[in-house]
Amino acid sequence: MPDEQLPPAPDQPRIGVDEWVASVEGKRERYSGVVGRLRRVWDALPVGGRLLVFAIPAAIFPLVTTEGNLFRYGLITLIYALLALGLNIVVGFAGLLDLGYIAFFGFGAYMYGILASGHSGHHWPAELAIPVVIVGGAVLGLLVGLPSRRLVGDYLAIVTLFFGQAFVVFVNNANRINFPFVGHTDLTGGANGLDNIDPLNLFGWKVTTTKEYYYFTLGAFVLVMMLLYFVNESRTGRAWRALREDPLAAEVMSMPINRLKLMAFVFGAATAAFAGTIYGAVQTGAFPGDFDVGLLITIYAIVILGGAGSLAGVVVAAIVVNAVPELLRDPNQAEWVFYVGLTVVVLARVRPWQRLVGVVAGTIAFGFAVHAIADAAWPRLTAGSSGGEGALAHAIGSWILLPSDPKQIANFAFGLLIAAVLGLTLIDGVWRTVALVPTIYLAAFVWENLLIQQTAGATRFLLLGALLVVLMNARPQGLFGTARVEIV
Amino acid sequence: MNWSLFWDLTVSGLTLGSVYSLIALGYSMVYGILKLLNFAHGDVYMIGAFVGYFALQGLGGPQNPSVSVWLVVSLMFLAAMLGGGLLGVVIERFAYRPLRDAPRIAPLISALGVSFFLQNAALLVFGASFRDYGTFDLIGGKTYHRGNVFLSVPQILTIVTALLLMIGLTLFVARSKIGKAMRATSFDREAASMMGIDVDRVIASTFFIGSALAGAAGVMFGLVFGQIYHYMGFIAGLKGFTAAVIGGIGSIPGAMLGGLLVGLAESYSTGYLPQGSTFQNLYVFALLILIILIRPSGILGKADVKKV
Repeated sequence: MPDEQLPPAPDQPRIGVDEWVASVEGKRERYSGVVGRLRRVWDALPVGGRLLVFAIPAAIFPLVTTEGNLFRYGLITLIYALLALGLNIVVGFAGLLDLGYIAFFGFGAYMYGILASGHSGHHWPAELAIPVVIVGGAVLGLLVGLPSRRLVGDYLAIVTLFFGQAFVVFVNNANRINFPFVGHTDLTGGANGLDNIDPLNLFGWKVTTTKEYYYFTLGAFVLVMMLLYFVNESRTGRAWRALREDPLAAEVMSMPINRLKLMAFVFGAATAAFAGTIYGAVQTGAFPGDFDVGLLITIYAIVILGGAGSLAGVVVAAIVVNAVPELLRDPNQAEWVFYVGLTVVVLARVRPWQRLVGVVAGTIAFGFAVHAIADAAWPRLTAGSSGGEGALAHAIGSWILLPSDPKQIANFAFGLLIAAVLGLTLIDGVWRTVALVPTIYLAAFVWENLLIQQTAGATRFLLLGALLVVLMNARPQGLFGTARVEIV
Repeated sequence: MNWSLFWDLTVSGLTLGSVYSLIALGYSMVYGILKLLNFAHGDVYMIGAFVGYFALQGLGGPQNPSVSVWLVVSLMFLAAMLGGGLLGVVIERFAYRPLRDAPRIAPLISALGVSFFLQNAALLVFGASFRDYGTFDLIGGKTYHRGNVFLSVPQILTIVTALLLMIGLTLFVARSKIGKAMRATSFDREAASMMGIDVDRVIASTFFIGSALAGAAGVMFGLVFGQIYHYMGFIAGLKGFTAAVIGGIGSIPGAMLGGLLVGLAESYSTGYLPQGSTFQNLYVFALLILIILIRPSGILGKADVKKV
């Protein structure tokens, strides 16, 4: 292919151009349909324009919604996106696995709480507190990163994971230990958390309402994003990517890899501390339970889903990962989310259309048949009711089995479902299509009888965990990342 | 010096250390062969503990088991090891094998996902409450002592079983054909496959053995400490991991030594260091940092020399 696009020029040395790079233009031309046009427009946009594509809808968002809760979701989504931007530096740019990242976020919230809250008695203005928190976060990042200088690759993961755990233990108990020199002080409020944190007080402007916080966070987000863009395009950014692709080769090219690693780590920590400051102020409190592994996995899911190293992807993924679970909170909406999602996946993945029609019709028929048989033989299996209400739940009720006492049978079905999904990946062709029908039904059954009960907690995290595994297997570069080119 | 306190701490440290050693072995073996940190390992241990629990319930519960007590305990161990081992093989097959040639960070994140999936699946299926092994009802509260050293039956059971398993593993890796293949594969996977070793099978059996040991560790924890819960895998996995790193990751005797060290350090810090019972994990963490700073490749690990 490349020969067609690039006439051979034997007298000119082609420095830094390999076949894949040379064929990028051709690949871009080959995108077809609406998606292709969108991608071409996106690629042609200047960077500022790309940023506006996100910033303008985000800025308008509060003007078109009136519901208070949506604001809050938007605000939390922005904070998560900010966090993900920071993690993206460490994981996406530099390729370091930092599992203590959330501790820096927590550090930001607590540090701000100590500098400005009714709990500690200090009331620093935000323009003073924020730089102090950011510098503090960076210094902490440096301290944690320092031993990792000597660590071979993966050891960083364990040190940081332990650090994250240690942070939670520390803030949980720091209200009743005697510090050297200071003596007994209640630093973090212990298990009850640090309460009464001041709202941000920026040059006399008190940020109090959710709307004001939303705009403040949006502004901060755009600022950080711009900053990161320039860092990414700089010498350091290129060095980070080189480090990510091949640390050994980078070292041979005389890059100071230890310093680069530390820098990425410190940048990430500072961003997280900044996000933590905003979070602490929004919540008017900092609680140890907020900074646990669940949040870590959520942020990782955002970065991975968006495509490690892609700034635009992070934004989209933050919306997906944060907004979908919010929809799941209400069992009624959760019902819709699940079935629409299932339908979309089936529509997108099953081809050709004859097979698709077969699967859809087969699944519906299968469900009614099972329901009819069960109704006649074991009425107990259809006696229960679903968690959801409304038209959809009602319609589903005559299709899916709803046992009166679902706990035990749903647990077994859950195990069976995992086995079935894993099994599906092993078989091919017609049998896969045939096996798909009962698997979908089983998934719906498990959803109705087990998963829907805990949509705000365990189910959400369960799906996030599964998402990470599936994404790594199916599309390791994430939704927006570029596939790695292996040049051998 | 209060010797009776010292011996109490030593015994409980050795018991805990045996559990950590068994977990660390799984980490270390997998790392040795795949260079992969298997974050899901701690959750395999948790599932093992639950399998043991359900085996106990299936045999009539701790109050009136349907067969003799020692048979019940052996069956619990057997079930947990089998369940854990199979789980490990399944995880390897579906979450790690497709990523074997992917960039280093991909299987790590996949492992993180598996760990989180297992934890929350356990929360959904088993519920959030603690489950009680009922060791006292099953085995009784008898303790043996010699001078100041007191040993309860579950503690003896744990230490002896762990010792036997470790001896068995060492012999297996040193003598058996699969063990030889494991050593060859961990030395150089490509060369091993060229010598006609079925690398996939060797890796699967490594996962089986490592995860079976974790399952046994889960039952031990249940027997000694009584209570199991869905989140127990996280912190135990972290400690096992620490143990593997301290001992030198990839080294089997290193994992055993590291586990005992971590267990003893944890136990002594609860007894002797300020606010030890609250901050025992922080002290273990400090030990980890210390060891890594002095010997980055662990006590018994070999320095990683990279050839290009």
